[in-house]
Amino acid sequence: MPKQPMETDVLIIGAGAVGCAIARELSRYELKVMVVDKNEDVGGDASKSNSAIIHTGYDAKPGTLESELVVAANPMYDKIAEELDVPFARIGGILPAFNEEQFEKLAGLREKAFLNRVYDVDYLTAKELLKIEPNLNPKVMGGLYIPRESIIDPFLLVVGYAENACQNGASFLLGTRVTGIYTTDGQVTGVATTAGDIKAKYVVNAAGLYCDEIAAMVGKADYKVNPRKGQFFILDRNTACKVNHIVLPIPTKVTKGKLMCPTIHGNMLVGPTAEDLEDKLDHSTTAEGLESVARDVANLIPGVRLNETITQYCGLRPNKVPEGVCVDVYDDVRNYVNISGVRSTGLTASASLGRHVVRKLMEIGLAAERKESYNPVRKGIRLFRDMDYAEKAEAVKRDPRYGRVICRCECVSEAEIVQAIHSPIPARSIDAVKRRLRAGMGRCQGGFCAPRIIGILARELGVPESAILKNQPGSYMVVGKSIE
Amino acid sequence: MNELICDVAVVGAGPAGLAAATAAKKQGAKRVVVIERDATLGGILLQCIHPGFGLNYFKEELTGPEYASRFAHAAKEAGVEFLTDATVLEVGDGFLRCIGAACGVLEIKAGAVVLAMGCRERTRGNIRTPGTRPAGVYTAGAGQRLVNRQNLMIGKRIVILGSGDIGMIMARRLTLQGAKVEAVVELLPYLAGLTRNRVQCLDDFDIPLLLSHTVTEIRGHQRVEAVKIAAVDDKRQIVPGTEQVIECDTLLLSVGLIPENELTRNAGIAIDRVTNGPAVNQYMQTSLPSVFACGNVVHVNDLVDNVSRESEQAGRSAARFAKGELPKAREIGCKAAAGVRYVVPQRIALSGEDEELTLYFRVLAPGAASKLAATQSGKELVSRKVRRVSPGEMEHLNLKSSALTDADLEVALTAE
Amino acid sequence: MEKTIICTVCPQGCRITVAGEGSNITSVTGFTCARGESYARQEFVCPMRILTGSVRAEGAVEPLLPVRSAERIPRDKIPECMKILRTVTVKPPVKIRDVVVKDILGTGVDIVASAELAAK
Repeated sequence: MPKQPMETDVLIIGAGAVGCAIARELSRYELKVMVVDKNEDVGGDASKSNSAIIHTGYDAKPGTLESELVVAANPMYDKIAEELDVPFARIGGILPAFNEEQFEKLAGLREKAFLNRVYDVDYLTAKELLKIEPNLNPKVMGGLYIPRESIIDPFLLVVGYAENACQNGASFLLGTRVTGIYTTDGQVTGVATTAGDIKAKYVVNAAGLYCDEIAAMVGKADYKVNPRKGQFFILDRNTACKVNHIVLPIPTKVTKGKLMCPTIHGNMLVGPTAEDLEDKLDHSTTAEGLESVARDVANLIPGVRLNETITQYCGLRPNKVPEGVCVDVYDDVRNYVNISGVRSTGLTASASLGRHVVRKLMEIGLAAERKESYNPVRKGIRLFRDMDYAEKAEAVKRDPRYGRVICRCECVSEAEIVQAIHSPIPARSIDAVKRRLRAGMGRCQGGFCAPRIIGILARELGVPESAILKNQPGSYMVVGKSIE
Repeated sequence: MNELICDVAVVGAGPAGLAAATAAKKQGAKRVVVIERDATLGGILLQCIHPGFGLNYFKEELTGPEYASRFAHAAKEAGVEFLTDATVLEVGDGFLRCIGAACGVLEIKAGAVVLAMGCRERTRGNIRTPGTRPAGVYTAGAGQRLVNRQNLMIGKRIVILGSGDIGMIMARRLTLQGAKVEAVVELLPYLAGLTRNRVQCLDDFDIPLLLSHTVTEIRGHQRVEAVKIAAVDDKRQIVPGTEQVIECDTLLLSVGLIPENELTRNAGIAIDRVTNGPAVNQYMQTSLPSVFACGNVVHVNDLVDNVSRESEQAGRSAARFAKGELPKAREIGCKAAAGVRYVVPQRIALSGEDEELTLYFRVLAPGAASKLAATQSGKELVSRKVRRVSPGEMEHLNLKSSALTDADLEVALTAE
Repeated sequence: MEKTIICTVCPQGCRITVAGEGSNITSVTGFTCARGESYARQEFVCPMRILTGSVRAEGAVEPLLPVRSAERIPRDKIPECMKILRTVTVKPPVKIRDVVVKDILGTGVDIVASAELAAK
């Protein structure tokens, strides 16, 4: 039977932080909103493999759109974190100088911060820095303190945006790749996808790493996106050498440099590298890359225990050539918004980009009434590990599956896993469950829980275990029954 | 919170917990409760369906489930109570808190607690193997659980990193279940596990063993497609030009076990940084006097038979402590000296009881004819000559506690 | 024919060289005890192994029942035995040592349950 043709007012290509933030903003209006993404889950590419930092914008290029967006976004996160139930903390960042050359750069960095309208940047002496960050290299001569540099759970931020958009009427078509954009008389009318055509009045390109390929579909690829790989270490929560702040190296032209910071869940994060690649599919960590992280971070935190690592990963920053965040509309491709150049600060800028893009859409003609029923609040799954004993006792009475701890490292119960599988944006893969609950992110890295979660997913989704994926199609976990 | 009062509470119904609980009951503890997160008793032995257990303890060759079953029956017959499908969340001085589907949240007040949580596996992340992160990278124990308990086949073409016993056992199991095991790759120049496993798991199936090799890269976008291996020199550095690519769909890691001590740490109990388990005295008593520990949670064992004996000691001691009968005494340290990596127990209580103490230890490197000796202030208390030693095979020395004086004990290995 | 066998009776792992044809052994060298010599002789003529595996379980708490050969069987019969095990399904209750396959492949050895099997 032929499927009903899909139709929407606004189609967003890409369900990363930016795409989902835009969807959330649009869901405030009486509009049909649809987000399409080739991945099997929301989270995008770069949005799920980054340093999880909400930047202040102190080191952006002054006067650029990026600077404006990041500086504006940072203060929005207290409210967003509360509304969307996302773990977030303003732990502050420090920029320590360890030699004359670096020390001399501090004034300029502070001046640059001011030009970016980030005024709350203070000088700290070596003594003050070592007091608040005892594991800092004792050679430190002084540095800057940026109190609003913050950390967040990046997976839950994107899931939060997406679920809130969903609960306010937006729809998500995942595992679906856009293969072409239809235009008639210089105006977009919809997209072709692997799941069929979607008629759309407006199309937004929020495809991050692939935004150049989407732009090419309307003949607007006057730029290229090259992946810039960043490799990271995650250290065990019990690691002996920790930091309290985001410890930042003095930036160079190429990269913010290799940092060390806590994650919102208490691990330590160390990295990233900055390696320019050709291949957008190259998600591999390398011995050389990891070694360079080890070398560089040792300058900041000499006692860092990289042998207490529980995992390493890499993310691909969508690096646009030429650089620069742009939100473009065109006279000859109407009703289309092109977002490009969103890179290291994409996660941060998502909050303001959401509003910026909606405003842009309205400038080019999108008419929309405010939705009376819009509810900005999204409650996440109530986590077993956050409950006190009284709440745990209540929970297990309500649902005995709270009494079955599946991920023992992060203390995740079967009840929450089942909830995640049946949530508004259902978790249907091992990684989707992992990102929502942290099951598999602990020190045993899924050694204990993954076999059990395969069973739970198969049961809840009513499919054989051989159909359960780690993430994308082809990532089967098991080949079938051991004895049929 | 619901409450339960007992004399001895045991965390885990694997071989260690079962033996400890039974021994506690036999020692006279009135009420002994074991909390187990699985639905069945037996712990890790339930997935160890291969033979090789009990040669020492029962003088029979049993499979893992058979061995577990004997201890489970003995426990039940002795009157041990079990709370299954329940997970311990917290342990402290004379109490633990757990949650279970049936029992809800429960606080158990116990005269003594015995920790028997076993261990977890070293991961790809711990050993920092570069490459992609596809599906199909499993630790050997996780693979074993999938195949033997969940009836799920992990892959068709397997490369195994690590020649420890679990890796070799899985090489055989996967082959018997129809997979092709392309190779077992071992970083060290010698076999990590028992020779009998090499014969019966690798040689029997013509599975190549590549010593002094390691996996340098994992390849594959969504699922493992291949691994790159290379030879290493005597400093464990990669020898350039020896790289080979082996096509496969699964990488199974058998690269080490780590005692699982999050509960122990959270209770503020002192952990030995070499074993990664709680430091104990000859009574298997931790730095928190009401808490005892036994089995792989204290140190990774090779033979479950030794686990059973050590755990019986823990159970007896816990029962005595609960009755107020365990002597409190000055303790001396028991330290690893030349050639020895660690010793358990790490402390010895000079309790005045005339008991035979067994010191368990592992050597740092394989060696030929050597002497194992325990000395105090330079004076040799006991020694034994051995023909060969290996880090993969736990050693022991027995000595009489009455021979001990008031100084730290040192255990050393010297070449003959 | 000459074969070097690593003895697995004790951790020593003596390398024992056996020479002969079929079941006709002409020499055995390298052993350091009688158990080793007898192991090597058997290994040369007909290697014997304990077979362990699983069979499907229906209506039980677990999907599989671990099984074992009650005694050692000739190693070369093992692949065929594994095929037979794939065709067997058991139902609870099962006790340890209950016979699952009697006299497998005419070896005179039973395949028995190696664990208990409780109903769901």
